Amino acid sequence: MTDDIKTLTARLADEPSSLAFLDLGEALRQRGQLEAAYKVARGGVARYPTLADAHDLLARILGDQGDLAGAFDAWADALRFDPMRIGALKGIAFLYFKAGDVAAALENLRRAAEIDPDDQSVRQALERIRNNSQPVASPETSPAQSAPVAVEAPLVQAVHSIPVPAAASNGAHGPEKNGQLEQGIMLVDGNGLRLNGTVLSPSNQDVGDLVAAELAGVSKEAARTSRLLGLGTWQAIAVESPEGNVFLVPPTPDTLLLTVRDSSLPLARLGLVAERAAREAREWLTRHT
Amino acid sequence: MSEAQAALQRVTQVPGIRGSLLISASDGLVVAERLMDGIDGRAVAALAASLVQRLDRATNHAGMRAPTFVHLRGDKGSVLAAPGRSDLVLVAVAGVDANLGMARVQMLDAVGRLV
Repeated sequence: MTDDIKTLTARLADEPSSLAFLDLGEALRQRGQLEAAYKVARGGVARYPTLADAHDLLARILGDQGDLAGAFDAWADALRFDPMRIGALKGIAFLYFKAGDVAAALENLRRAAEIDPDDQSVRQALERIRNNSQPVASPETSPAQSAPVAVEAPLVQAVHSIPVPAAASNGAHGPEKNGQLEQGIMLVDGNGLRLNGTVLSPSNQDVGDLVAAELAGVSKEAARTSRLLGLGTWQAIAVESPEGNVFLVPPTPDTLLLTVRDSSLPLARLGLVAERAAREAREWLTRHT
Repeated sequence: MSEAQAALQRVTQVPGIRGSLLISASDGLVVAERLMDGIDGRAVAALAASLVQRLDRATNHAGMRAPTFVHLRGDKGSVLAAPGRSDLVLVAVAGVDANLGMARVQMLDAVGRLV
């Protein structure tokens, strides 16, 4: 343990209610002790749930851990409590860019530039994206995490909240890696037509239209089953299969969002990811209808 | 007690489970059932079979094998289905307060024991 971490740990132990957790968490993050940094940040967020700095710190750590959905949410929380927080705007822009949504990345960077026109890192990021659409390194994340990541496009807006799998980070785009099914995400309308996104078969064929057509029936069947069995309004269908898990949620009564991930992601966690993606899909639908 | 009845008993002992059935996936008929009053077993069987078949086709188109477990969640309860061998599907109807994790474990174990 380095001296500054020892000092900060001691200070936090003496005064648990102090803001020393911010410096300690950041110091641990910079040294790559991400699990310890995460615990410190979570403790800080629990103690100071409305402190934007705490959420910002948590977002940087989650970003370094590869939990991009978690980082997105944490930065969104930081902005909720401090709409002028440039670090959060840059972080969200970074994640949007990673997800392939250049327009949303630019929008967040422009907001950051309006808040602080003298911030050179924001201006440079804006220029780089405008000029050549090269990935912009988030100044808040470690070099390993800011390596260029190619993401399948065009995916629905919802994909932004889904962690990019390790295979994508390595540049592998196929749906199958080591026998495991990689992610797919697709938004389907009530008539079984694909609105956005894709699902690839293990042989790398785009089977989105076939799956979409079948899903129209699933949505109707789920609604019918829920109504007739007194289950209320249907909210989700989780499907486990040997190759992976599928989660279906209806972002609106007329649409269905399919999320597929390999079974390394626990089904309950996939459910959280899918529900978050459904919120993004609703926003996407609002903008495009 | 038959294997089917033993399977149903294990599932219905899980807190919050209102009933369970063993159904035939291809025709949606009830093979065996253990339900609370007020639950129409034939309706559950028909609806669950249809849903599982559609999901089977959807996952098949996506290059995946048949589902091993399906959970339809409504805001007032859930239907759980565990397809097994020989066209059989173990189905459970759960209330909102059910221990779904326990139900899932029991169902997967029970359906695995059925021949």
